[in-house]
Amino acid sequence: MPEPDNAAAFARIALPHLDAAYNLARWLVRDPVLAEDVVQDAMLRGLTYMHAFRGDNPKGWLLRIVRTTAYDRLSERKRAAEVPLDTGPAAALPDPADTPEAAVADGQRRAALDRALAALPDELREVIVLRELEEMPYREIARITEVPLGTVMSRLWRARLALRGAAQ
Amino acid sequence: MNNPQCQRWQLLVQADHDGELGVADAAALAVHLDGCTACRALRDGLAGLSRRLHADAPRHAAPASLRAALERQAMPLASPPAIRRWRLPRAAIGGGAALAIAASVTLALLPRGGDPGEAAVASHIRALQPGHLTDVLSTDQHTVKPWFNGRLDYAPPVRDFAAAGFPLHGGRLDYLDGRAVAALVYQRGGHVIDLYIWPGNADPARAEAFAGYNVVHWHDAGMRFLAVSDLNLAELQGFVALWRDTPP
Ligand SMILES: [Zn+2]
Repeated sequence: MPEPDNAAAFARIALPHLDAAYNLARWLVRDPVLAEDVVQDAMLRGLTYMHAFRGDNPKGWLLRIVRTTAYDRLSERKRAAEVPLDTGPAAALPDPADTPEAAVADGQRRAALDRALAALPDELREVIVLRELEEMPYREIARITEVPLGTVMSRLWRARLALRGAAQ
Repeated sequence: MNNPQCQRWQLLVQADHDGELGVADAAALAVHLDGCTACRALRDGLAGLSRRLHADAPRHAAPASLRAALERQAMPLASPPAIRRWRLPRAAIGGGAALAIAASVTLALLPRGGDPGEAAVASHIRALQPGHLTDVLSTDQHTVKPWFNGRLDYAPPVRDFAAAGFPLHGGRLDYLDGRAVAALVYQRGGHVIDLYIWPGNADPARAEAFAGYNVVHWHDAGMRFLAVSDLNLAELQGFVALWRDTPP
């Protein structure tokens, strides 16, 4: 059971990284409601395991918990044979009828990139999100995703090759 | 991105793009890039993709309701609900298909948490490469200083020493010592000085050199300063003295 000063310490170190936690969860589970659940759950786990936190990198520590939690929830959902919600590209597209052409083009470009990211295998999508959106260094990405540094680099490379077409 | 002759450079170009390359490799890569169109195209391709991702792939912010709920939970501490099983770390996924080049290239990656001087030199070399952007290009300190607002969680001091022969050229965001830091760019003759500024005061004032670049560290008023240049040490110390001795 966490001690009260643990909770205060946890708030101090974890809450500044809440956006990063939510962003990673959102990209991994691709569902805003489930992403909130994942973050709630990860925060509880983090609070409970505060004593194991060594204090060197709170963001990396939190993201590692978020990642594990996200994959747990995804595999629970898979076992329950639920159909994943698709709130991605189609929902993000603006209605062409009442949108200026430039905005339509913008929306289509975003949707294309979103589809390309969604189509990546999990292990490639997570490294690209951690590197490009969260700007984590390789060593932290290796710790969060629990693979060697060389694997991080080759996954990033493969992810970028795969996204290249969508980024023209 | 797939010129076979340059395969051994690919992960170096990528590591450089990601700010992960050590000084020696960064210098070797800079020489190779000078003579290799394919690798320059690869570098530009990576930069283009990063820009595209930053512009068009949203970094989803946590909903305000979620933040408020967590703040309520964490602050006065309602005891958390019973914890479900704590899963063992997920086994490494896949990996077998990883490109062979990953194994064939050994990178001298920057030591993390080590001396930021070496990392600063690597960043300085990277910033000197053609096409690398200075985020804010201005000789006016009153333009450069506010540019950092909202981009950093501290306000770096910004000063121009044009009158003393060290005109301010601009600024950019960089990554050093495990955090985002301000880099101010100055010019002196044909040389460029990068001055990195971030909160802290742990480092004693000192000078060192990596790969032919001089590095001077000092701290003042709760900020760490790190000046990097290929300028000779005496002139670089002159620049440092201006910073240290001129009242703001
Ligand atoms: Zn080449």
